[in-house]
Amino acid sequence: MSLAAGIVGAVALSFLYVGGWFSPHALTPSRFVDTFEQVNGMHPGFRRNHAKGVGVSGTFESNGQGASLSKAVVFERGRIPVIGRFALAGGMPYAADAVKAVRSLALEFRLPDGEEWRTGMNAIPVFAVRTPDAFRDQLVAMAQAPGKNGPDPSKVSAFLARYPETARAIGKIKAYPSAPGFAQSRYNSLNAFVLVASDGRRTPVRWSMVPEPEAASSALPSSSSETGANFLFDALAARIHRAPPKWHLVLTLGAPNDPTSDATVEWPAERRTVDVGTLTLDDVESEETSSARTVNFDPLVLPAGIEGSDDPLLSARSAAYSVSFRRRVAEPAASSAVTPADVQGRGAP
Amino acid sequence: MSGPVQFAWPSRILHWLMAAMLLSMFFIGARMVSSVEGYSTLVAIHRPLGIAILVLATVRWLNRRIQPLPDFLPTMSGVERRMIPWMERALYTLMFAMPLVGWGMLSAARYPIVLFGALHLPPILPHSVLLYTVLRTVHGVLAYLFFATFLIHLGGVLFHTLVLRDGLIQRMVPWRARPSDSGSD
Repeated sequence: MSLAAGIVGAVALSFLYVGGWFSPHALTPSRFVDTFEQVNGMHPGFRRNHAKGVGVSGTFESNGQGASLSKAVVFERGRIPVIGRFALAGGMPYAADAVKAVRSLALEFRLPDGEEWRTGMNAIPVFAVRTPDAFRDQLVAMAQAPGKNGPDPSKVSAFLARYPETARAIGKIKAYPSAPGFAQSRYNSLNAFVLVASDGRRTPVRWSMVPEPEAASSALPSSSSETGANFLFDALAARIHRAPPKWHLVLTLGAPNDPTSDATVEWPAERRTVDVGTLTLDDVESEETSSARTVNFDPLVLPAGIEGSDDPLLSARSAAYSVSFRRRVAEPAASSAVTPADVQGRGAP
Repeated sequence: MSGPVQFAWPSRILHWLMAAMLLSMFFIGARMVSSVEGYSTLVAIHRPLGIAILVLATVRWLNRRIQPLPDFLPTMSGVERRMIPWMERALYTLMFAMPLVGWGMLSAARYPIVLFGALHLPPILPHSVLLYTVLRTVHGVLAYLFFATFLIHLGGVLFHTLVLRDGLIQRMVPWRARPSDSGSD
């Protein structure tokens, strides 16, 4: 009797152990997202990070230059419909736009064979943290301290002492030249991926969306200023209506010893780059109406020919985005800070 | 009492194949919920393994309809004899429902349903985050129910085999059992 009960009990306890029931402090996908909610407060219906954003759509025109590096359909010469989302990093959906806020661009390429490529990129040179635990600790350390205008300095210095790679990365991020707006920013994958060619050859890669220099006619009017709670999004909408902005998808190919598991470290500047096509975004919508609202821009939704690397942040992003998606789509959709009226073509001449 | 001593050999092979896949799936599913760094690898196994379970469940169900069953053992009580068909129905329902709910919830969320490389399945439900929310919850609840049902099945077989020592497990072992191995001794 005791042996039979012991076997059943051991199987049940192993299941609970693997499910994390006996490790209440380990970082799980749910606890990762809980931390965002604790730091930012609850904002039902919004993404737990990069909460303030707008939807966009357009086309990616692949020039075929990537096809020798990766068998992914996205690199074959042709045009691919894209939807996407510009956002500001942080979990506050109604925060006023700020030049210092990290801008992001997430894209979903709908490939003709039914595959998809989703990518979330940021306008910073490196990511601030190397591991999921460091990410969670950063959220807690940088949180608004009660009764203070900003985080608790002693918590910040303790955090940076514990993660010296983050102190170095923040230095690089602060030194990175900031573009005037969303349309002029360069967006970087930060995490490394692996391109797989049709002959099986594997190449480490990071990619960027590099803005095309603006024609003088499409530049911002000189009267535009950094005023209004949505000045960055207003300028983006005006720019898209005036002259759809373009970016070049540039692949940076890693050498065999370049770190793929550390997003806080840049690869040497002399690494080979390949311009594989042009993204044109010609429509912008409020999140309230955009189909991007219900897209989880999971960075591991990849077509055959692109794979994740050994970067631990990729799995963490995938896991946390899934939890954030599950929670927010179950909540009633709230009105976005950038309304449908805000993105109408009123800025057009 | 004229049934065979054991389940037919295709039934036995299918049973143990399914057992291994389900046990793996229970632990993969549990770890997907608890692990940040292992999540992506586990999801990449979870999807094709779930579809493999759906296919195997279909094969097993068809096989179940054509194969003769061994008789109940004299050590099986009347309550057990009434419970066992319901247990079997519950297990078969879950073997079909879990992969279909998983496939359906990914469809409703408009995730691509990737098996291997470029091989992916079509959506079986329209894009609806409400549908996704319901099915995602159902998927989680059914997973615990499935594991509990599995434990009851395991416990029952172990009780007969180790406590009553009636050789019940001989009916399902992958090798050929001698008639004297089965039945109370």
